[in-house]
Amino acid sequence: MKYISEIMPSLLSGTKVTVELFVITLLLAIPIGILLALGLRSRFRLLKIILEAYVWLMRGTPLLLQLIFIFYGLPTIGIVFERFVAAVIAFVLNYAAYFAEIFRGGLQSVSQEQSEAAALLGLSKQQAFRFVIMPQVVKIVLPSMGNEVINLVKDSSLVYVLGIGDLLRAGNVATARDVTLVPLVLVGIIYLLLTGILTYIQNKIERGFSYYE
Amino acid sequence: MNNPTALQLIDVTKSFAHKKVLDGVNLQVGVGEILSIVGPSGVGKTTLLRTILGLETVDQGQFKVNNQAFNPKDHSQNKIGIVFQDFRLFPNLTVLQNIMLAPLRVQKVPHDKVDGDVQQLLNLLQLEEQKDYYPFQLSGGQKQRVAIARALILRPQILCYDEPTSALDAQNKSQVSELLRTFKERQITQLVVTHDLEFAHEVSDRMFNLGEQTQ
Ligand SMILES: Nc1ncnc2c1ncn2[C@@H]1O[C@H](COP(=O)(O)OP(=O)(O)OP(=O)(O)O)[C@@H](O)[C@H]1O
Ligand SMILES: [Mg+2]
Repeated sequence: MKYISEIMPSLLSGTKVTVELFVITLLLAIPIGILLALGLRSRFRLLKIILEAYVWLMRGTPLLLQLIFIFYGLPTIGIVFERFVAAVIAFVLNYAAYFAEIFRGGLQSVSQEQSEAAALLGLSKQQAFRFVIMPQVVKIVLPSMGNEVINLVKDSSLVYVLGIGDLLRAGNVATARDVTLVPLVLVGIIYLLLTGILTYIQNKIERGFSYYE
Repeated sequence: MNNPTALQLIDVTKSFAHKKVLDGVNLQVGVGEILSIVGPSGVGKTTLLRTILGLETVDQGQFKVNNQAFNPKDHSQNKIGIVFQDFRLFPNLTVLQNIMLAPLRVQKVPHDKVDGDVQQLLNLLQLEEQKDYYPFQLSGGQKQRVAIARALILRPQILCYDEPTSALDAQNKSQVSELLRTFKERQITQLVVTHDLEFAHEVSDRMFNLGEQTQ
């Protein structure tokens, strides 16, 4: 027990880093993902092709490679980022692509007919999107977004390779130093708590959207 | 036809790929008139309606509303309303919200004024009990009446229906034809695209047979 309270501060500060990365990534990747999704449905072929290539690149290569590429690779051509910034860039670029695919699917499944009906009532494209299309898309994408959000918590441990003091690193350092399994078990428990809280929130939100079918 | 012209189509032509669906359609509808557009399946009734609504781009032809050139793609004036065959209510909004969305956001009518209008419409269309329901909680006939209310609240001069009886039983049908007559008294011009010849005979002042293209 005494040992646990000794290592807890370092684990909690690691948790703080993990949560920060998580929150910043979500706040940036969701709006970018929505914009990408709109671009993917655009009439401009060139834009579409570029964005499709981008999504393919981000989803078709390992996130770990992308992290290493940005932090260790880019400096060889003179582009240098601070550790945490490099991590944020990689995560946002990667997750925005996943979110874009989810939102694109959501937009596709809200029928063209709904847009027509809104247009005929005189609603502008923006009004139709805000009051009619987006609320329906959100309901549709909630389950898959929930999965990705949980994945993000776990993926955040990949920043280990950049030497960032996240939760996993904090646990690993303590285990190596004190030769005990306890820190890693605690790390596991903290991850479970984080994903548990997120699952709870996800269920709440989904229930919030179950008022219509 | 001795009342003034509400809607006029001049030489409206529309092809899909190389198939000419509408071949120089000429059509006039008087103010307050109920015109049924009939004809065999695939003849282009829905397409004609969609051109009037600006949902299809015509190859050729003109539109006039009240004898003035009219661009069907401009929906900002809410001159023409539509009740779709599948109603197309917004599933994320209640009956009340479905009806009030456009007057509040497009026409920017003050809230208390819209409230009054909605109340009257709910009465007329017997939807009072359902005003806080979501579309999935409504019967087919109720959905249609919400779609009618949603169009009517914008005070269109012309109201169009695509196959208004296709989802209705006999009782609902006679209720709808009664409604159409009520709207006629209010000088609303109505265009009814339908397969249902019996209904067309019962409700309309005049029939336009698209297959024959005569008037
Ligand atoms: N978007 C489209 N692309 C290609 N062809 C189309 C399109 N819409 C309609 N058509 C064709 O135009 C013709 C007329 O179709 P329309 O739906 O207007 O017929 P309709 O008279 O309403 O038939 P119904 O009574 O069965 O509803 C059909 O041959 C149809 O295949
Ligand atoms: Mg049709």
